[in-house]
Amino acid sequence: MTSDAESLTGPVSANDREQAGVYFPPVGGATTTAVAPADEDHRQPLVAAPEGPLVVELRNVTRQFGNVLALSNLSILAPQGRITVLLGPNGAGKTTAIRVITGALSPNRGMVRTFGLDPERDGESVRRRIGIVSAKPALYDRLTGWDNLQYSAELYGLGREASAQIRDAAGRFGILEALDQQVGGYSTGMKTRLALARSVLHGPELLLFDEPTSGLDPESSHAVLELIREMTSDGRTVVMCTHLLVEAEGLADQIVVLEAGTDLMSGSQETLIRRYWPHDLLRLDATDRAALDRVQGMEGVVGYQRNGAAADVSLDSFDRVPDIVDRLVADGVRLTRVEPHHPTLEELYFAVRRERRAMGVETPL
Amino acid sequence: MAFRRERMWTVARTELRQLLQAKDFWVPMALLGGIFFVVIPAILLLLINNIGNQQALQQVSKALDVLPAAAKQAVPQGIPEEAKVSFTLAVFLLAPVAVVVPLTISSAVGASSIVGERERGTGEFLAHTPADTREIYLGKLIASCIPGYITTAVGFGAYSLLVNAMLIGKIGYLFFPTPAWWVLILWELPPFIAIALSLVLRLSARVKSTAAAQQATGLVTLPLILIGYGQSTGALFGAGTVRLGMILGAVAWVVALVSLASGVRSIKRSSLLGVADEA
Repeated sequence: MTSDAESLTGPVSANDREQAGVYFPPVGGATTTAVAPADEDHRQPLVAAPEGPLVVELRNVTRQFGNVLALSNLSILAPQGRITVLLGPNGAGKTTAIRVITGALSPNRGMVRTFGLDPERDGESVRRRIGIVSAKPALYDRLTGWDNLQYSAELYGLGREASAQIRDAAGRFGILEALDQQVGGYSTGMKTRLALARSVLHGPELLLFDEPTSGLDPESSHAVLELIREMTSDGRTVVMCTHLLVEAEGLADQIVVLEAGTDLMSGSQETLIRRYWPHDLLRLDATDRAALDRVQGMEGVVGYQRNGAAADVSLDSFDRVPDIVDRLVADGVRLTRVEPHHPTLEELYFAVRRERRAMGVETPL
Repeated sequence: MAFRRERMWTVARTELRQLLQAKDFWVPMALLGGIFFVVIPAILLLLINNIGNQQALQQVSKALDVLPAAAKQAVPQGIPEEAKVSFTLAVFLLAPVAVVVPLTISSAVGASSIVGERERGTGEFLAHTPADTREIYLGKLIASCIPGYITTAVGFGAYSLLVNAMLIGKIGYLFFPTPAWWVLILWELPPFIAIALSLVLRLSARVKSTAAAQQATGLVTLPLILIGYGQSTGALFGAGTVRLGMILGAVAWVVALVSLASGVRSIKRSSLLGVADEA
């Protein structure tokens, strides 16, 4: 029998990882720690190389502020025309990563390429092709909506005759009617819409959104996320930061999970979950849960974990389900639940974090 | 990275537009100019011209004996004693006002310019734009300079009208502004504002809050105000006043250009983000 605490954890040596071909990013420059496989056949890396040309390329980037290590060997690869979500708790390094991508901050170590250019050296060329919405809307409250957009238009080289672009962008985000009002009187939702309009005004190829739904009600959040999704329809690349799993789950083509300034895992949601749980998962429950433990020795069962609510069984194929149910019933087990289980990003996130904590890599939630 | 003047002017224009929207800024600014250029001179000149007691008037007149000979020679002869005192006050003793007002106003604007962007979160926007830090720095410097200078120019105009209107009956001709005043306003004052602002913006980029910036700015601008005070009065009192003013102004311009060049280099993009740049 395997308890919750025992089932997924256990130290893995560097040698073991090498043999297994699993890549686990180092944490804080210290001795490498690893995420233990969910079962014996868990042999896939949790960092999957994205397909297609890269718009953003951060490799082993480190950035320190005084004694605080904001980024630690961080690697992010964002492919063209896709939505890459940087997911992580507060202080994970998401905003610093965005700042490094635009060249607003320089890394202490590592390589940064945006559109194949070094943002530190070719900052103007890089930033001209980027639109950004910061965690705070970063708008000038004393100016009108129009003046805010006009300011941006001029700084991005659209000149003072950018009226058509301003109207287009504002209309797209439903803020046209409010453009002659001072931004100080806008609601949070209106400010976010204006910030989004400003970010696309100059036709950027890369959009960086740093927690764009922060402070919004659920309806406005949904609308903003829909607008972000629409923006990739014309081939734009999006890199978005969030600490909300549900946002990442619904939006991302690729997820990079950050923790303590490093990338914990990256890839598409499906790929990551499939790599962490490479087998079909079956969720079982019974009137006597302890009786479910006998499933461990059955043919086709490659992993087993019982928690408080049910038991999760890893199978080499769902074709095994009828035989397993037959045998349990024959053994007198009264089953109350038999269903395929498709793990969510949330489960993956917390499973990995739980393992890291168990291995002594403590980070605050 | 290429320096684009149009972006510098965009930054300056937008800063000024925000100031215009801020009544809580420009109403006190107008009051300050009004008090220094109109109210105080008007009260002083009214008092001088209405002193009935001749003994008191002579005492004031004696006090003006401390002026250099060149200054005393510039005072018209053959006019009443109170007109002489009024002329001296108008031309010489109120000159420092022209330095104090613009430095005070411009420093107040400049102090909050960069740290204010950080506090409002708009620094994040600016830091990610293609604008070069030199364009941002100079744009903000111009925007800080203009309110102080405009207040001074308008105040100077109002002051000219006031003193001429009050004294023309006794002096007999439009005596103000004198050539030395033109030199002070057009040639000496701008570099002094530039020097002060180059220091103030540097401070604004380093401190953590607008309040701290205002405090630190006081320390930086006070010596400059004193120097400006001394220079302006000295220039106006000097024998060849225009010539001396031109020389002092030239020196101030050299110092201002050096200070600006070093100030431009000191501002980094991270200053707008509010993070420690040092590793």
